[in-house]
Amino acid sequence: MSNILEVKDLSVSYGGIKAVKNISFQVPKGEIVTLIGANGAGKSSTLRSIVGLVKPKTGNIKLNGKEIAGKTPEQIVSQGITLVPEGRRVFADLTVLENLKIGAYMRKDSLEEDINWCYDLFPRLKERNWQLAGTLSGGEQQMLAIARALMSRPDIIMMDEPSLGLAPIVVKGVFDIIREINKQGKTILLVEQNANMALRAAHHGYVMETGTITLSGTGEELASNESVKAAYLGKNKKNNAVR
Amino acid sequence: MEWFSRNLPYLLAGISVGGQYALIAIGYTMVYGILRLINFAHGDIFMVAGLIMIYASTVMPMYISIPLVLVATVVIGFLVERVAYKPLRSAPRMSIMISAIGVSYLLQNLALYITGGLAQQYPAIPWISDTITVLGATTKRVTVITPFLTIILVIALVALIKYTKIGMAMRAASKDFETSQLMGIKINSVISMTFIIGSFLAAVGSLLFFTNYTGVTPTVGAMPGLKAFVAAVFGGIGSIPGAVIGAFIIGICENIIKGMGWTTFSDAFTFALLIVILIAKPTGLFGEKSTDKV
Repeated sequence: MSNILEVKDLSVSYGGIKAVKNISFQVPKGEIVTLIGANGAGKSSTLRSIVGLVKPKTGNIKLNGKEIAGKTPEQIVSQGITLVPEGRRVFADLTVLENLKIGAYMRKDSLEEDINWCYDLFPRLKERNWQLAGTLSGGEQQMLAIARALMSRPDIIMMDEPSLGLAPIVVKGVFDIIREINKQGKTILLVEQNANMALRAAHHGYVMETGTITLSGTGEELASNESVKAAYLGKNKKNNAVR
Repeated sequence: MEWFSRNLPYLLAGISVGGQYALIAIGYTMVYGILRLINFAHGDIFMVAGLIMIYASTVMPMYISIPLVLVATVVIGFLVERVAYKPLRSAPRMSIMISAIGVSYLLQNLALYITGGLAQQYPAIPWISDTITVLGATTKRVTVITPFLTIILVIALVALIKYTKIGMAMRAASKDFETSQLMGIKINSVISMTFIIGSFLAAVGSLLFFTNYTGVTPTVGAMPGLKAFVAAVFGGIGSIPGAVIGAFIIGICENIIKGMGWTTFSDAFTFALLIVILIAKPTGLFGEKSTDKV
């Protein structure tokens, strides 16, 4: 199995404060890999430095074998990687269709096939084709943000907390879509605080704590790991006994 | 009827001046829309366009000097952004604003150095400087052309922003730089494009404006620049239709006031209007409502 993304000894700091400390991980082609951890563990910083929004302090980031660390976001996204940013960040003043089109900004070929594919994945978006994205509900905006990312035909999609601020039923829908996209051949790097859902969806997971990776394993292994359970899944042995 | 024929020249002049303000105001409002910067140098770019016309027309025929003015002004606007604003992209907004004021004085003083401070005679552009009669009022042809040309350019610009790819990128970038970059949009090219459009329209505005006036001095850009800025604020800064409507209102009111014999107060009116707007409706006629929904 070949790795689509390889991160080696990555460090990120903001004016002396180290957010990410020498982490290394790989994302194999065709898999869902998740980074879980608490607030401030450095998950978002990791994604932001991979895509070039933050310049990494040290480390190598290889996408399909090519070094991308230190390049600008435009250069990096043109190599076949994209990020669904935290908080969705759809363009509120653009219509749903325009949001999809702008997702394919770098492409020059016909978009019709991809737009139809996105509308198949997200029928709600098709209904709201001409609506301004700002008028959509949170869940619909998250769908739009994912669809927009798909429009650039990336080899790998990174998602930063896609479940943030959404109702449980909608969260389930988002994870169903993540699995579906993966089934259709896209590699996914997922950052989540909702460890339970993320580990169930992922083939492989990494646990981040204060800027370092403390554990790694398959999704099932981590989900059944006692320390992970205690810290992220809310299953404390003592409490369980009481319940 | 007599009142009408007496005031018609002022109304015509007002519409014409309004169109010229509109062309300048678009530059302010577009730059503000994308960078949240009041480009204080914009009025001086307008003045520089006037000077280029004067020097170009002495050595070459009109059909070369007019395109040259447009191109040279665009190049200057582009360079100002690259040299004075781009390096400050991540600096606090106050720094870039002070840089803009610096560019404004730089251009004024360069013009002072080159012209020696004397008013330079603006050339008469054939055809548009001709005198014509409209409904009994005698005026220059430029007065009649200006509003139409302005509206054509504004429609073209709005279509560009609404229907083209670069226009979509401009709208996206004006809301969210970071996410736009994730889409592969080159933010710097989008910003340059904004300055290019703004400078081009200012150059067209200067061709029309100075045809009605005899001379160009180094500080001549300040007053029209300031009024165009007021127009942009009046219409709601960041909004192109707002800037255009604001500019026409200011141009017409100003000249009607002149027609009533209160020429001395015409400038004061513009700025009084600014104060009233800022108190009554700080976001202007079509200003964006600030929605901070997460």
